[in-house]
Amino acid sequence: MKILVPVKRVVDYNVKVRVKSDGTGVEIAGVKMSMNPFDEIAVEEAVRLKEKNIATEIVAVSMGVAACAETIRTALAMGADRGILVETDVELQPLAVAKLLQALATKENPGLIILGKQAIDDDMNATGQMLAALLGWPQGTFASKLDFDGDTLTVKREVDGGLETVALKLPAVVTTDLRLNEPRYASLPNIMKARKKPIENVKPADLGVDPTPRLKLVKVVEPEKRKAGVKVASVAELVGKLRNEAKVI
Amino acid sequence: MTALVLLEHAGSDIKQPSRSAVAAAEKLGEIHALVVGNGIGPAAQAAAKLPGVAKVLVADAPHYDHALAEPVAALLVALAPGYSHLLAAATAVGKNIMPRVAALLDAQPISDIAGVVDADTFVRPIYAGNALATVQSADAKKVITVRAASFDPVAAEGGNATVEPAPAAADPGVSRFISAELSKSERPELTAARVVISGGRGMQSGDNFKLLEPIADKLGAAVGASRAAVDAGFVPNDYQVGQTGKIVAPELYVAVGISGAIQHLAGMKDSKVIVAINKDEEAPIFQVADYGLVADLFVALPELAKELERG
Repeated sequence: MKILVPVKRVVDYNVKVRVKSDGTGVEIAGVKMSMNPFDEIAVEEAVRLKEKNIATEIVAVSMGVAACAETIRTALAMGADRGILVETDVELQPLAVAKLLQALATKENPGLIILGKQAIDDDMNATGQMLAALLGWPQGTFASKLDFDGDTLTVKREVDGGLETVALKLPAVVTTDLRLNEPRYASLPNIMKARKKPIENVKPADLGVDPTPRLKLVKVVEPEKRKAGVKVASVAELVGKLRNEAKVI
Repeated sequence: MTALVLLEHAGSDIKQPSRSAVAAAEKLGEIHALVVGNGIGPAAQAAAKLPGVAKVLVADAPHYDHALAEPVAALLVALAPGYSHLLAAATAVGKNIMPRVAALLDAQPISDIAGVVDADTFVRPIYAGNALATVQSADAKKVITVRAASFDPVAAEGGNATVEPAPAAADPGVSRFISAELSKSERPELTAARVVISGGRGMQSGDNFKLLEPIADKLGAAVGASRAAVDAGFVPNDYQVGQTGKIVAPELYVAVGISGAIQHLAGMKDSKVIVAINKDEEAPIFQVADYGLVADLFVALPELAKELERG
């Protein structure tokens, strides 16, 4: 089974972004970029499936500016076999990404597509579900465990009150939650090897997709800042304040 | 313009996040509600009592049990021609289903909205809530999930909607429910609780979360956790408050042994009153806390339980 793993290049999760003073977006020039953490989990899961001989080939896909090739290299260093970069300077929203992935999936014919449940920049939590819809495939979102049995994939999902298990008919789309696995660090020899792995470069037009954004960004503002309050000296003082000042207990 | 809101229910109750989604839809025109499930007469009656809802559509069939994304999305797409907006709460269920609906309608979903500007324009947090984006949709139909913590829920009673069956849609038949392991708790749900008390890495073990219980009992609080505490295996993932967990905005949020990473703050900084208990006085959580107590939590928590007992 071939696995397609879409990976997104995002502002590193340790960076506290700053809103641009003209309200047109957030400052990303010169900011450290990394693979979306949930996508790292997706790559890791694919590599483990290959190690278990369930997967035969792993194709990492990234989309956006030319620098997204670095994100693909990271996936290749973790164990993906080859990469596809869909290169464009247009801002890509989940619907366009899902359409581009649909086109690639039609070409590549994977048995499984696994990606992060959400990107930590736009926090949309949408691409996997949308891709599954466009392909007419079932979806196993927020996955914390996968089990394969013939053409059935059993997915344990993180839901609001606990866990839910569903059985999906393959091919399927899976989105990863935090506890699916702990991604490995790429070793130096593997980073070297990854440099030799192929990355194919395509454009949205090659895939017949119009990537024009549907959501127009009107403005971006900083949320109202909370002010630090007071320090209390004791538990008794705390309870007193909560009762008599804040009146919340 | 008419909005259709997908409601989640538990027996004869409509869940609070769904009532918040109805509140968000109030600004968009007439409201119809959809309840899906198997044997859901009581839920349909409860939906009809929600103020502001004009009509309740009921999809009562075995394949809607457990609200799997594939059949429920197919149903919403079948109903979509009558509506300008399709909404659900940004819960595990809403987040699973609505983007699937959007793709089938060739629309870009508008996820996790925290404000409604007008019928096409919405405010939503990005970058873990470190920025608020105002976005305008060019799509014919808007498919939306609603951040429940940002909208006061409509009341559970007071309305009188008509109830009718939803036209049947077929089950795509590609997915099947197997089982659920839901946490059993007498406490309120995290996203609906008036008070939330959360533990972080400073709790040191899952066992030590028991120290939070007498306090939670006394305050009628839900118990939550930071991602660090979840990653350390102290508590299950459904306790997680933060960017990738649950978003809460209770009257009172008590953070115990939580340093205050931005990803955690993203999930609780809209709480009305925040209390932080941490032995590290430099912890960033104190920058957002209304009341900070620099103390060893293993001393402070039993004291707090005793102090509340005296009240």
